[in-house]
Amino acid sequence: MPKPLVKSGAEIDGYTIGECVHAGGMATLWTVTHPDIDLPLLMKIPRASEGEDPASIVSFEMEMMILPRLAGPHVPACFGTGDFAHQAYAVIERIPGTTLYKRLPDLPLPYEEVRQLVAKIATALADLHRQNVIHHDIKPSSIMFRDSGEAVLIDYGLSHHNHLPDLLQEEFRLPYGTAPYMAPERLLGVRDDPRSDLFSLGVLLYFFTTGERPFGEGETLRAMRRRLWRDPYPPRGMRADYPSWLQEVVLRCLEIEPVWRYPTASQLAFDLAHPDQVKLTARSERLKRDPLSVAWRRRFNQGVMAPRAKSDVAAQIASSPIVAVALDTVEGAPELNEALRVTTERILATLPSARLACVNVLKLNRIAIDKTLDEQGSNKHIDRLVALRHWATPLKLDESRLSVHVLEAVDPATALLEFAEMNSVDHLIIGARQNSFRRTWLGSVSAKVAAEATCTVTVVRPPRMDAAKPDVGVIWG
Amino acid sequence: MLLAVFSDIHGNRQAFEACLKVARARGAERFILLGDFVGYGADPEWVVDTAMELVAQGAVAVRGNHDQAVNSSAETMNAEAQVAIEWTRGRLDTAQRRFLAELPMLVEDGDRLFVHSEASSPRSWHYIRSTADAAKSLIATPAHVTFCGHIHRPAIYSMSVTAKMTGLVPKTDVSVPLLRGRQWLAVLGSVGQPRDSDPSAAFVLFDTVSCQITYCRAPYDIETAASRIRENGLPHWLADRLSLGR
Repeated sequence: MPKPLVKSGAEIDGYTIGECVHAGGMATLWTVTHPDIDLPLLMKIPRASEGEDPASIVSFEMEMMILPRLAGPHVPACFGTGDFAHQAYAVIERIPGTTLYKRLPDLPLPYEEVRQLVAKIATALADLHRQNVIHHDIKPSSIMFRDSGEAVLIDYGLSHHNHLPDLLQEEFRLPYGTAPYMAPERLLGVRDDPRSDLFSLGVLLYFFTTGERPFGEGETLRAMRRRLWRDPYPPRGMRADYPSWLQEVVLRCLEIEPVWRYPTASQLAFDLAHPDQVKLTARSERLKRDPLSVAWRRRFNQGVMAPRAKSDVAAQIASSPIVAVALDTVEGAPELNEALRVTTERILATLPSARLACVNVLKLNRIAIDKTLDEQGSNKHIDRLVALRHWATPLKLDESRLSVHVLEAVDPATALLEFAEMNSVDHLIIGARQNSFRRTWLGSVSAKVAAEATCTVTVVRPPRMDAAKPDVGVIWG
Repeated sequence: MLLAVFSDIHGNRQAFEACLKVARARGAERFILLGDFVGYGADPEWVVDTAMELVAQGAVAVRGNHDQAVNSSAETMNAEAQVAIEWTRGRLDTAQRRFLAELPMLVEDGDRLFVHSEASSPRSWHYIRSTADAAKSLIATPAHVTFCGHIHRPAIYSMSVTAKMTGLVPKTDVSVPLLRGRQWLAVLGSVGQPRDSDPSAAFVLFDTVSCQITYCRAPYDIETAASRIRENGLPHWLADRLSLGR
C-alpha cells in the first residue's frame, strides 16, 4: 500500500489539503478546497497503513460505494472518491456546527425538545431507507443539523445498501458497531432490517429524555446479548412526569422483535409529529420491567424464535406506507364518502402495515372572524373529529394504524398538500366534487392536489348510476 | 470503455438480437462473448455467424461446454441437451464448427479475465453455486474482475485481501462499483435460456474506467423463439421453459 500523501498544502486530484480537523479511530478528516466547488469541503481519509484494523479499510470501502449514491438534504453531499490503488479518500460537504454528541452533558433534555429532535432524525432515516440504505450506526455523534433544521446523518462505514455487496457481512464474526445503540438482531448477524435503525433511535430517545442509556454502556458481548431477552426499565418508573405517549413511542422502538417496532421511520416520525394521536397500549403505563419469569422464558427460548425471512428494504417500506384520505364529512355527498371508503378499503387490504390518516379541512373565512362554536353551540373541531372516526369505523382498523386530523385553513388544497408533505404521506385519496356550483366558483380541490402533490394521488368519483346511453341521434361519418 | 458481455446465447436468435440492440443503444463499444453459442435453441447457424462477425470486428469470445460438445462426443450432457447438440451438429457447416473448435478456454484482457465456467479448472465446467465455489475461482487468478456464465443465474462475488467472501444477487439496472483493492467474480445470467425466474434475456455492461458493472435485461419475442424450437422437432420442454425463465 502506498504511503499516505496527505499533509497540509498537498494536492490530491485537484483538491488542496487544508488542516486536519479530526483524527478518529477509523479515519482522519481534513478541510480541502477545489477551484470548481464553492462550498466548504471535508476530505475523509481512512487509516489504512500497516497494523491498522482491517475494519477501517472495509468500512471505508462501504462508504465509498454508498456516499456517491445518496442524495437529498439528510446526507452530506459527496463530490468525489479515490480508491485504495492510489490514495483512498472521500470528499464530502462540510456541514457547519457540531454533532448531537455535544449535547450529552445537558441530558436529560426537555421532552418537547427531544420530541422535535427525534422527529427530525426519524424523517432523515425515512429518507435514507427510501434510498435502500440502513445506517447501522445511529448515535449522537452520527447526527448533525443543518441551519435550515433538517437532520443530517453522517458516517456510512457500517451501513448496508440493499443493492450493493455487503462487505461487512462476512468480514467480522462479531457484530461491529456502537454497543449501547445496537439492535438485538444485529447480535444475531442480521444486517438487512431497516427497523434496526429504529431501535438505535429508540435508545437515543430514551437516553435523551431520561439521561440513562436503556442497556447501559456494556461493551462486552455478554453485556450486549442481555438485550436479546431483557427489556429496559420503563422511563415512567424513573420519572413520574414522563408522558405516557412518549413511553409508548420509546418502548415500541425498543421492542426486542423487529416486527413489534414501528414498521417504518416515516410512521415513527408521524407519531412524534402527532403525540395526541399515539395509540396508548399497556406499554405506555408500565412502571416495571417484565417479570423475571417472562425474561427468562425469552432467554431460554432464543433458539425457537421464528426464522427470519430475508428482508428487502424497499419492499418493507412499500408495504408500510402512510395513506391519507381527505374527507368532507359536512358537505360531502354520502355516495362520494362511501366511494372513498370502498377505495380506501381496497388499498389498505393489500397493505397490512399501512397506516391511515383521515383528514378534514375546516375552512376558515377570509374576512369574518371564525367562531369555534357553531350555531348550536357545539365545538366544530371536535364534531369533525368524531365524524371522521365514524366514517373510518367500518374499515375496522387497529387503533394504532388510524389517526384523524382536522386542519383549519382558508385554502383546502394548500392545507392538504402541506399535510401530505409534512407527514411523508405516500398515497393521498381524495374525492372529486361532482357538478357543483362550488367547484365552478372555487376551482377543484382535487385537481390542484393531484397536480401539485409529490406523492401518489387517487381521485375518487362515485360510481355512475346510469349507464351512458349511446347518442342515437348522431350519425358518425 | 463500455463493454457489453453476453453469455449462454444457446442458439436463441431473438434473444441475442434484442440484447445486441439494447447494448448498442446504451453505448457499448466492445463485445465479449462468454461461450455456449449453441445448444437448446433453434438458430445456431445465425448465432455462430453473428459471433464470427463480431470477433472479426474485435470482439472477444471463449468456449463453452456446448460449443465443445459440437465437436466432441466425449462431453457428457443431460438427455435434452444431448438431443439438441446432435441436432445442432447437423446444422453447422465446417467453418462454423471450426470457429467453435478454435475458441480459447479463457482470455485475459488487462486486469480482466473472461471464461465460460470458472477460472480454477475451466475444462471441468464447474458451476459457481456458492461463495466457496467463487473463492476457488478467485484464488486461481490475479485478475481484478473475472466474468463467467454457465449457471444461467446472475450473481456478484467479492474477495477481500484477507480472503473474506461476500455475495450479492444484483438488481437489474443498478450499477455496482467493483472497487479496486479486492477481487470480483461477475457471474452472468443467460441470453438465450434464463433460469432465474425472469424470462427476459440477460447481459451485462461494464465500464472499464469507473469499474461499474450493470446487470441488464432485454425483453424479446419469446413466442417466436419457442415455436422455432417446436417446429424443428427439438424437445418441447426447451421451448416451454423459455417463458418460465427456468
